[in-house]
Amino acid sequence: MSTNQITELQGRAIPLLADDIDTDRIIPARFLRCVTFDGLGEHAFEDDRLQDDDHPFNQKCFSGARVLVAGRNFGCGSSREHAPQALSRWGVIAIVAESFAEIFFGNCTALGIPAVTLDRERLEALVGDVERDPAVTVTVDLENNEVRWEQTSAPSRIPSSARSALVSGDWDFLSQLLATGDQVRRAAATLPYMAGFPGS
Amino acid sequence: MSTENLFNKVWDLHTVGKLSSGQTQLFVGQHLVHEVTSPQAFAMLRDRGLKVLFPERTLATVDHIIPTDNQVRPFADGMAEEMMLAIETNCDEFGIELLNLGDGRQGIVHVVGPELGLTQPGITLVCGDSHTSTHGAFGAIALGIGTSQVAQVLATQTLAMNRPRVRRIEVSGSLAAGVFAKDVILAIIRRLGVQGGVGFAYEYAGSVFDAMTMEERMTVCNMSIEGGARCGYVNPDQTTVEFLRGRDAVPSGESFERAAAWWLSLASSPDASFDDHVTIDGSMIEPTVTWGIHPGQSVGVGETILGPSEYPVEERAGVTEALEFMGLEAGQGICGQAIDVAFIGSCTNSRLSDLREAAAIARGQKVAAGVRALVVPGSQKVAAQAEEEGLDRIFTEAGFQWRAAGCSMCLAMNPDKLQGREMCASSSNRNFKGRQGSPTGRTLLMSPAMVAAAAIQGRVTDVRQWDTVS
Repeated sequence: MSTNQITELQGRAIPLLADDIDTDRIIPARFLRCVTFDGLGEHAFEDDRLQDDDHPFNQKCFSGARVLVAGRNFGCGSSREHAPQALSRWGVIAIVAESFAEIFFGNCTALGIPAVTLDRERLEALVGDVERDPAVTVTVDLENNEVRWEQTSAPSRIPSSARSALVSGDWDFLSQLLATGDQVRRAAATLPYMAGFPGS
Repeated sequence: MSTENLFNKVWDLHTVGKLSSGQTQLFVGQHLVHEVTSPQAFAMLRDRGLKVLFPERTLATVDHIIPTDNQVRPFADGMAEEMMLAIETNCDEFGIELLNLGDGRQGIVHVVGPELGLTQPGITLVCGDSHTSTHGAFGAIALGIGTSQVAQVLATQTLAMNRPRVRRIEVSGSLAAGVFAKDVILAIIRRLGVQGGVGFAYEYAGSVFDAMTMEERMTVCNMSIEGGARCGYVNPDQTTVEFLRGRDAVPSGESFERAAAWWLSLASSPDASFDDHVTIDGSMIEPTVTWGIHPGQSVGVGETILGPSEYPVEERAGVTEALEFMGLEAGQGICGQAIDVAFIGSCTNSRLSDLREAAAIARGQKVAAGVRALVVPGSQKVAAQAEEEGLDRIFTEAGFQWRAAGCSMCLAMNPDKLQGREMCASSSNRNFKGRQGSPTGRTLLMSPAMVAAAAIQGRVTDVRQWDTVS
């Protein structure tokens, strides 16, 4: 499992400090007409990009950036895993935001993409520094719960279950869940709607 | 009986064990599957040589991509056809029942589950769709999940979850005439915000919910996710029991009475504890309409839209962006806003009672010139019942298009889409930028009755004054 361990990720950052960015904006529904996740990367934020030449995902200086910096309630709305899949295929390996919607957060963890939060003040400082110099390298350090860039080291947060899964490499939950087959059948057999409603 | 709330009782009952991450491994009583979020999950099973563990606890339908006019196969959209073939092959290969177009029971996944009696109190139910929260109306824990989790549930009938906290939202008093379940949930989201529910399951309670039908409860629970909550539920009561009596998937005879007794025993006890508590006066809720680009940006139909400076600092940028996108101005009322399209449908509001409420407005009227109006029933069964009652004729005589069951213009993965900057009065659940299929299309969320009134007047209209207006 060691190859799955995610402790520290580094890359240039792409700033998108807007709030309530929903998953329809991350990947518009027409691109969900597919049976694989292949090719979604090029369509990330497509409609926003078409309406705004200055959208960060359109700017050359951010091409190749790997750490997405976003605002409050990032990834709200539809549960489509196509959203983190599209970001991942665009090149994003970690997301730093003020906060996340829950299903999106869970989908990120399931793909091994750490989604950590920073205070707004520090997030704005990070975005300011990255906009001033897009070459700045940002480090997302899960072991120490920190996001670092230039001379700054900011405390980050991530739910302990996600952190533990990513750091230990156990974020492929399917393998873990499969290991408990007998327990699952036993638990199922105790449920009234499986075993028969009480009172007979 | 336990002093726990329903959520914790049902959670504990379904707990298989703890995972190394500290998360709970939760057993899933019912898994619903649709064509958009499942093909990659089935591929993951194939890659690993896995089977579906409980195919009898899994049911599939098709809803998102199907055209609601011409359903002749192969579909004109080759990608949609490929997705249809994929779910047909997958269900066949993995032994899962599929409610296909010719079945007579096909429809939006969150309409068909309850309709067939698969959604029951005390179960855990999941689907690769955020609006799975709908099923909480029955006192179930109903969770929307991603595709990796769909694969996990197919293969293990379990998923890894952190236990959310539980917030009780009590809506007291009673609703005024012309105020519907849709207005209740829009008012709740307006009050608590689109992120206010993060980390919570919402328990909806109080006299307004006690008086609601199951269909109304489903409308509210459906949009729990729009308030950021992981799920929402209403405690089972006699209304729940009577809705389920006689449905295909529930036991019959003496066995039904035993089931009903167990269902009722799960309700949160009067002294149950909660992590948070909110009270809202139901009699103060107005017909509510969104003016912005998320479902928390709404006003009562009699109110004016506030400007950015009247919002907390952290919301101002979002309000400015929303007003600009919508082409609306601070200080204007939403009432009287002209519309181009009217859409009645979606997992929020496409059930028989929704269609009846809209038809009551549309009867003997005409859709305004220049307005394109669609009514899309939530399932083939809803369509059949509506046709039996003659609702389809009321709509078509008024100039609405009467379509076949599906998600239609709620999310525009099918041919039903807004064009350009069209303004749409919609009974759906999301007013996000581009949601209805045009990147610049605009959505005003409201109740089905309000959509019908807007279609006829050509502009947003206060349905409480319908008799005078029309």
